[in-house]
This record gives sequence, structure tokens and C-alpha cells, in this order.
Amino acid sequence: MRLSITYNVFVRDFRKQKKRITLTVLALGWGTVSIMLLLGFGEGLHRQMTINSKGLGEGIAIMWGGQTSIPYKGMGKGRRIHLFADDVLYLKERIPEIKEIGGQYDRWGMKLKYGDNLVSEHICGVPPNYEQMRNLIPERGGRMINDLDVKLRRRVAFLGNDLKERLFGDEDAVGKHVLMNNMPFTVVGVMKEKLQNSSYHGPDEDVFFIPPTTFVAIFGDPYLDNIVYQLHDPNDNEIVERKISEAMGGKYKFDPDDDRALSVWDTVAGSREFDNIMFGITIFMAIIGGLTLLIAGVGVANIMYVSIKERTREIGIKMAVGARRSYILIQFLLEALLITFFGGAGGMAVSYVLTEGFKRVPIESDVLNFLGRPTLSFEIGLIVVVILSVMGILSGLFPAMKAASVNPVESLRYE
Amino acid sequence: MIDLNQVTKTYVTGTVEFTALKEIDLQVNKGELVAVVGPSGSGKSTLMNIIGCLDVPTLGEYRLEGRSVTSLTHNQLADIRNKKIGFVFQAFNLLPYATAYENIEVPLLFAKVVGRKRRERVTDVLARVGLADKANNKPTELSGGEMQRVAIARALANEPEIILADEPTGNLDTKSGEEIIEMFAELWKSGITVIIISHNVSVAKRAQRIVKLKDGLIESNGNRL
Repeated sequence: MRLSITYNVFVRDFRKQKKRITLTVLALGWGTVSIMLLLGFGEGLHRQMTINSKGLGEGIAIMWGGQTSIPYKGMGKGRRIHLFADDVLYLKERIPEIKEIGGQYDRWGMKLKYGDNLVSEHICGVPPNYEQMRNLIPERGGRMINDLDVKLRRRVAFLGNDLKERLFGDEDAVGKHVLMNNMPFTVVGVMKEKLQNSSYHGPDEDVFFIPPTTFVAIFGDPYLDNIVYQLHDPNDNEIVERKISEAMGGKYKFDPDDDRALSVWDTVAGSREFDNIMFGITIFMAIIGGLTLLIAGVGVANIMYVSIKERTREIGIKMAVGARRSYILIQFLLEALLITFFGGAGGMAVSYVLTEGFKRVPIESDVLNFLGRPTLSFEIGLIVVVILSVMGILSGLFPAMKAASVNPVESLRYE
Repeated sequence: MIDLNQVTKTYVTGTVEFTALKEIDLQVNKGELVAVVGPSGSGKSTLMNIIGCLDVPTLGEYRLEGRSVTSLTHNQLADIRNKKIGFVFQAFNLLPYATAYENIEVPLLFAKVVGRKRRERVTDVLARVGLADKANNKPTELSGGEMQRVAIARALANEPEIILADEPTGNLDTKSGEEIIEMFAELWKSGITVIIISHNVSVAKRAQRIVKLKDGLIESNGNRL
């Protein structure tokens, strides 16, 4: 059929039914907005959670020593397994999949003093590669602990941003001295503020980081509190865990199958699990939004049925002057699709404006830092377009089929 | 050209059966002017609907130009209604939201007549029914007689061989009715086969044949009442 005929037969009729169509378009737009915003909130939450989880570090795993639970080579169970400083190099040399690895020492409740400000805080001895692994990024004008600090056991410190606030207030901290148990430490850097939604030793913003060698020189800790590592390819996480068990088992004489000898918190597996949960939430939101949209779809079908009822005579007239059934079918199907198209497109436009607008509203709140702001993505658009198309076709097809099957004689008699 | 053979039409509403036409035999030749009369419920409209391919017989055979209509598909029936037959109804049956011009255009759209040819046809038939100046008026802006003339123009748009009119003057005053009858007479003179359901005296006067129906049967079929 030629386009001009399509226009003349269908669009012309369509133009005559403005009010009814406007209302249906509004209902559809409403449904579209609700599904888009729900999915947008889900997406925003997902993105924000992903950003927040990066505060701890991207694709890292944290390992602690444990206690054997299986007797091995004549040794009973219940033996403590500790992590030592030389384990870091030992593992790095044996397992090529490891990109970065480092061990840390912790001590809590140390007195920190600057001027009149006194706080009791967490001291942490960490190697320089924590800057990259754990996202301990210095603010401008400062730096992270470096190799020379480690080598020379310098009394230098890298401060969490909240700790810096409490000790120094607005004052510049870099280059100043902080007394830790009455020992002076030079501040070399302050951590850039970051969002962190998980931790294994408390939030980084409150930690007093010093070189591990300095830590050992002062406190004399014989073993590490934990080891953090990062892989070239995060998908190797399970293989690497196994390799670590074997390597450490060989070194410290425990069964590599003993899952209590070492404990590992694998954030990669965690984030995979998190992705699954988010996927579930997205589906849930899509279902709720889809149901809202379905109501609008029922509205379209309903209005199409009413429209067909009202226009029974018109259908009869058209049939009497030679309209084939397919013309009637296409007319009503096209009408439903056009209503769906305009409602959907309008709803999508409104959703876009709303989410973009919301992004620009300058509110600072912990809630938003946690939940994120609704964000639309190409995938969301695609999902909604698919739902709308299916719905448009279905809500148009059945009424249109009914319209096309009317008996011309009866419909001409219809008042 | 129209040949009905033992045509029976039965309507079933729920459990009630109603036979509107009972084994009708009727032939209409090309170029005839036939009037159909009879009391209400006698089956006049049913007969017209069957001749006009809007409906198909329950039993019997209807041949149009030698071709049996009974076995045709919906699309073939639609094409016959579109090109071979022009319908004029008592209630005019114009699309209320479309102008006179647009109403006449409808059968041409279904016949896929395009561009200048379509414009020419519409203007031509509008002039033929004397409504060239009312092309852009909607049905509500036209008198009953004018509406019926638009309907006739629409029936003529695809240059049909047969015009079927179901009480075309029933909703009109005497004067307009006369004008419409005059118009059918002229169509007949130009060679179109015309079948009119009407009790109008002037129709009876001009008709070559009057078919009188009663209770679904042909009571008389001759040149006088």
C-alpha cells in the first residue's frame, strides 16, 4: 500500500479523535515514566554501590591467618597459622596471576596529638602499593608513603581525611608533626575524600598510615595482620585462592584443603554476588514498572474496543464501499501503535528530563551518597521500547481483529 | 447480469431462526431500472445486501456477470463492492467527520486511485451531482438532499456498472426526493443498471420492472404494481 493512501485512510481518521487519543497517550506516558524511573533508580543505586565499593579497592582480596582444622603430616589440628612479612614476596614469586600484593600491620587505640587536639586512633603500617590497591589517593600537595620511607623506616604518616580534620581542622597538615605516643611523625600526605561502603579494618578516613618497617621498629609486631592482593584478571580469583592455599600449605605445613587455615575475603566474588542481587532488584523493578505499563496497555486495548464500538458504523460504511478486512485491521493496529509510540516517546522524554534534572539538583546528603541518583541507560531505553512495542501490538491486534471481522450488514445497521 | 437462483437467507439470533428470503429467483439485465417494493420485513434490504455482495446467501446461488459470488473470498467481495457496485442508503451513511470531498475519496483510496486522477474523479462526480461548491462541507453542514447527493457521488466514484439504492428518499422531503429520483433516472439513461427499493410513485412510474416482495417471497415481478 502506498504511503499517501496510508496517510489518507488512517492518519486523517486519527486526527479526528483528538481528546480520546490525548488521554490514552497521557496514561501510556505515565506508565512509561514510572517504569523508566524505577529502572533508573535501580541503575543509579547499582552505579553508586559500584562506586562506593571501589573505595575499598577494585577487585582485591584480603587474607588473614587462621587455625588448622585438619591434622596434617603428624601435626594435630588447632594450630595457629600466621602471616609473615616474607610471605608477600613468597606468594608474588610463585603466583604470576598476582598483580600487586602487600601486607599490613594494625594497632588500635594509639594516642595522636597535634597542638591541643588529642585523639585515640588506628595506626596502620602499609606498603606504598596500597595507594593503588586500596585507593589511598593523596590530595594535592601531599603524597603516599613511598619506597624510600619504607627502606629508611622514616617516621612519616599518611592521614585519612577525617582524621586530618579532627587533628588539624582547616589547617594545612602536610609537613607538620603529629605526636604518636609522644613520637613525632611528619605528615607527608592526606587521603583524598572517597566513598567507601565496606571495610575490613574500619574506614580509611580515620586511619593513621605509616611505613610497615617503621611500624615494626616501634611496635615489634612479629607477624602481619593481613595480606591484600590484586590480580591481573579478577576472573582468576578462584584459581589463585587455590594456589595460595597450596603455596602457604607447603610453607607452613597445613593441608591445602583446610579452609580454616587461611581465610580470604574475595571482593570479586562479593561484587559478582552483588551484581546478581542488583540484577534481581532490576528485574523486580522492571516487573513493577511493567505492571504499571500493563495497566496503560489495558487502557489502550480498552479504548480501542470502545473506539471500534463507536465506529462500528464507520467500519460498515468503509466495508460497503470496498474496504478489505486487512485495511480495517491495519487502521486500528496502526492507531494503537501510534498511541503507544507517542505515549512511550513522551514518557521517555519526560523521564529523561526528570533524571537529568535530578542529577543537577545540588543536594549533598548521605542518603544520596548511598542510594545514588536515578540514571537512565541505553539498556533501560531498549527494555522499555521492547515492552512498549509488544504491548502496542498486543493491545492493538485483538481489537483490530475484532473490528476487521464485523459483518458489514450488521455494522451498517448499528446505531 | 444479476442472476439469483433459489436464494435463501436465514438469520440465526440465539435459538431463533428467521428466514428473510425464501428460494428467490430473480434476474436483472444490464441497463435495467428495477424498483423493489414490499412491506417492512418482507426481505427487501436482505435482497439488496445479497445483490450488493455485503452478504452471502445461506442457500442457493447468486451469479454476478456469470461468476458465482457464493464462493468468493472476503477480499474478492470487497473488490466487487468497491469497483462494480455503488451503494446508496436511506441513512446516507457518510463519514461524519470527513468533508464531502473526503467522503467521495474513500472508495477511490481503496481502489488505489492516486494523484491527479483521484482529484479529477472526485471533482467530476461532485459536479455531476451539482455539489461542486460544497466540496469542503462536512455532512452536518449539508441538507438531507445534499447529503444523499454526496452519497450518490461516492457510489459513482469508481464508475460502477450497478447502483443499488435502499430507500434513498426515505429520509428526504418530497421535493428533494424527487430530485434524487431524477438523478437515478439520469444514471440509468447513461447505461448504469439501477435497482431501487422505493415506494415513491415516480420511481414506480419510471421503472421498467417492479419486484414486489412479501414475507421473503416474490409476490409479483412485472412492469406494473
